[in-house]
Order: sequence, then structure tokens, then C-alpha cells
Amino acid sequence: MHKKQFIILFTFIAGILACNKDVIDAVITFTSPKHFPTPVYNFSNNQITKAKFELGRKLFYDPILSADNTISCGSCHIQTSAFTHHGHTVSHGIKDRLGTRNSPPIMNMAWNTSFMWDGGIVDLDLLPIAPITNHVEMDENMPNVLEKLRKSNIYPGLFKKAFGTETITGNDFLKALSQFMLMCVSANSKYDSVQQNLASFTTEEKTGYTIFTQKCGTCHKEPLFTDFSFRNNGLAPSLVNDLGRYPITNQPSDQYRFKVPSLRNLSFTAPFMHDGRFFTIDAVLDHYSNGMVVLPNLDPSFQQGNQLGIPLTTQEKTALKAFLKTLDDRSFLLNSMLSEQ
Amino acid sequence: MKKILFATIVVATALTSCKKDSNTPEYNSTQKGLISVEFDNVVGSADLQLNTGTYTNSSNQAYKVTKLKYFVSNFKFTAADGSIYTVPQDSSYFLLDESVTGKQEAKMRIPEGEYKAVTFTLGVDSLRNTKGVTERTGDLDVTGAASDMYWSWNSGYIFFKFEGTSTAVTGMMAPVFQIHIGGFGGYSTATANNLRTVTLDLSTRGTAKVKASKTAGVAVHTLVDLNKVFTGTNTISLATSSMIHSITAGVPVAANLTGVFSHDHTHN
Repeated sequence: MHKKQFIILFTFIAGILACNKDVIDAVITFTSPKHFPTPVYNFSNNQITKAKFELGRKLFYDPILSADNTISCGSCHIQTSAFTHHGHTVSHGIKDRLGTRNSPPIMNMAWNTSFMWDGGIVDLDLLPIAPITNHVEMDENMPNVLEKLRKSNIYPGLFKKAFGTETITGNDFLKALSQFMLMCVSANSKYDSVQQNLASFTTEEKTGYTIFTQKCGTCHKEPLFTDFSFRNNGLAPSLVNDLGRYPITNQPSDQYRFKVPSLRNLSFTAPFMHDGRFFTIDAVLDHYSNGMVVLPNLDPSFQQGNQLGIPLTTQEKTALKAFLKTLDDRSFLLNSMLSEQ
Repeated sequence: MKKILFATIVVATALTSCKKDSNTPEYNSTQKGLISVEFDNVVGSADLQLNTGTYTNSSNQAYKVTKLKYFVSNFKFTAADGSIYTVPQDSSYFLLDESVTGKQEAKMRIPEGEYKAVTFTLGVDSLRNTKGVTERTGDLDVTGAASDMYWSWNSGYIFFKFEGTSTAVTGMMAPVFQIHIGGFGGYSTATANNLRTVTLDLSTRGTAKVKASKTAGVAVHTLVDLNKVFTGTNTISLATSSMIHSITAGVPVAANLTGVFSHDHTHN
């Protein structure tokens, strides 16, 4: 009798565990948060599956993608920094070569209409080729990456599991990487909870939110906190003289214009701006209130009347910072599904 | 003697007319035959010798060629009656490469008929430049065949890649020159469009008579004269234009590119 009960109990527990495993397997699907707009990415060409996502994750963290097998995507896109390179104005690629731009977060990619600070890439699937082939980043070439994967002991099997064939193609490689990046969704901040009536702002956060919507929200449009436009925000050109979007379009009006970045997870993504010139949020706010320089393409929103920049009092800055903190999403940083396994 | 001569003429005439009769093909447009458009890369009146040949452009600058790759696509053939056959787009992209045997021609199957002109795009059309990775296969594979014919940082194909060395080049990269022409018009912001449409008239130097029975196909032999990259609409000097890696910088060169192609003869 006792033994029988034990068996029943054991079977029951085993059943639950099995169930749980199934549930975990099934969980790897892309879900658009209720308060987010419709994703831009065309999922019909690349349905998320567990095997494809896991292959993408493995590739993301594998330095085999770089010329000397030392740098992975994850080297400069670190999860605990919301997939940026915390503390680096610009990142160092292979052989410690330095780039000219700050590593952007890999976050909410499905909603991006273009990628990189200059928007030179519009298709997420084509994005990885840029860092892989960039001389100062991974300095590889795509045929060689694929050849290395084909010769490895593990990848043919993983590609078969994901795509049904051991033949490794560039298309499947790129789609797997996209799957990982697409799953990097950050939508679980306090702000998000407030939007869903699951939490409420403190008085200071609320004040900050009001200031934000009045003075910042046009460019940093909710709920993604960017309108994906390209703007000149009055940064004095550095010695690098990065012309921003200009090399992409060759339009003089695009000189010194950069993509408006999202403000989500700001606490973890310093330094700020396209070249990482500001180390703190305070420095950023000071720039907007009284640090701008007038350039030919300075965004009109910073030239209201005789006022250059955005007028902000010290109290307003404090409230703004309190609000911006509500955009931090620690669960995103700690989500083990997105971590190197 | 006179009689013999007369007889000879009669026989010869008969033979000639016989030959003429058998040589007038009857085309069955429901059948397709093989046509190859051959791109013979030359400099002036000399066949291009990659790496070894030294040539002189219109600015009297000596140069060698180390790399020549370009896309030809979207072929159309104009029949003698004026009708136009457009090759299905998926079979109509060719990445040509001077350094690879067999990569100097575009082979297609088109309906039987006599064709008096061929039209193609130098480059990859704007629509295909915006397609997803699944529609970039074969010569268009940016992770394979086209991996060095693609600007990853400003997503788009390089249409025409012409590299070499010249004593006229100065600066950090001397003596290397790199002329990379791309730019399909832009995704969201309009940029210069460096795509070129080339039409070659075949009527003076030999129409293409395509028949399914010709298993070896017919070959339209075109010459691609690299010296004409430097001249035509604009004079391009290697002293001032040795590094061309952007859409706008490529505009003056692209203006010359239609003049690079000419029809030489046709093998029927």
C-alpha cells in the first residue's frame, strides 16, 4: 500500500516534470507585448522555433565568427549591459582594433525599421554580415565563416536539428542569428507594468514622465522610446568627424545625423551617444539643456525660438532621471534563455 | 568552254539557292534554345591579361588590372519583328569574374527566333536589392558568391568592381586603385542610382538565330573595353579617383559604363 502510493506519487511527479519540460520547450515563441506596436520584422519568412533560436544563440556567443576566433557577437553585446559594451566608448574588435561608434543594444529588434547608428541596414537578416566582415570588428568573410561551421563537429548536427539538413547555408545561418536577436525583447520594466495597470509611478516618476512627454517624447517615442528617425542633436563633431547617416545616403542634409536610440535600460548601457562620449545620464541631460552646438543640420526641435536645446531645471532633471529609471528591465538582463549556455 | 561555264553557273546557283533554302530557319517559338552572351574583357584592341598586362588610359596613365567582377542581369531579347522576350528574373542574374574560367558569359534559354538586340542591366536591380535573404541565392548570395560584391554597411550590391595598380595613384594606398560602383537608388532616402541599362544592337554585326536544335547554342560575343571606364561622358583620372567606395563617388564612373560594352560578332 505504502509502495503503491509511492509509485503513484512518483509517476505524478514525473508527469509534472515531463509536462514542465514540454512547457519550457513550447515557450520559445515570439510574443509581441500587448502595449507594443506590430513588429516590423516579417516572421512569416522565419518562424521562431526552439532549435533555430538555440542555434542562433550558440552562434551569437561563438568566437568562431571572427577571423582569429577570439571575438563573438556577445563580446561587445553583453547581456548584463542590455547587450551593449558597458564602459566602452567604442568597442575593441579583433587584435584590439578600435571602431568609431558605441556598441548599440540588441533589444526589441523586431520593431526596428533600420539598424546601426546610421541606418545603413534595413533587414535584420543581413545585419550580422556587417560586424562579421568589418575590419575593426570581426574581420572575417562570410564564405570562411560558413566553411568553419561546416568543418566543426557540432554545427552540422545543430543545423540539421534546426533546418532539417546538415548542409549549412548562409541563409539559414543568418536566420538563426535573427531568431536569437528577435527574442531579445525588453518589455518588463516598471514603465511597462504601469502601462498595463500593474503598478503605478511614484510622485517624482510621474512628474518626470510628464516632463518626458513634453520635452523628449517626440523623438524618444513610447513605448519603444525611439521614433527610429535620424537627427542631429547638436553634438560637437569629434576628431573622427563622424558624418553619421551621410555616407549612407550622400545627402548633405544627413550630415551628423544619427539614429535616435531607445532609452530603455539606460542604467546599464552607458556610455551614451553614437561615440559613447557621455558617461552618465547627467552628462546627457546637461548636453540637452546647455551643451549643444549649432550645426547646419541641427534638429529644429532644439531650436525653438531663441532657445538652443531643451530648457531643463535641476529639479526637472532629477524628476526625469527618476522616470528614466522606470525603463530599466532587470529581468531582460537576467533572462537565462538569452544567456550563453 | 562557254557551255561548261554556263553549266557551272547553273549548278553553282542551284547549290547556293539550295544552301540558302536550308539556311532559312523555321522557328518554333514554343521551343527554347540556348543563347550565351559572352563578355570578353579587353583593353582597347588587346585581350585583358589580369595581373600581368600593362595598359594606358586616355589620361596617359599606365595601369594593371588585378580584379574585374560585375553583375549583368535582367536580360531582354528583341526579336526581328520587334517583339521582346524577357528572361524570367530568377534565371537572369550573372556575376561575371575575369579570374574564373567560364565566368565571362551569361547563358540563358530563350524561345526560338532571330534576335536583333539584347538589353541587360549592369548591376542588380533596385527591387532585388531590397529582397530578403531567401531571394538572394546563387550569384546573388551575399554570404557566398556575392560576398565581396556587397556593401554590408550600406546594404546593397556592388555592381562593378574594378581594381588594379597604377603609377598615377598617390596617397596611402598607392599604387592600388579600387573602383567599386554600387547604388540602386536607396531604401528610404533617395540616393544616386548607378544602375545602367545597356542595349546592344546585333543587326549590323550579326543577329542571333536561336534554335532548340543547336545544342551548343548561339553566342553573342560582346567586348567590354576597360579603357572606356576612364572616358566617355566623364574623364576619370587615376590620380584623383583611385578610391571609389561610395554611391556618390561612383556617379561619374557609372556615367561611362554603358559605353564600355559593344557587340563584336555572333556565332550562330
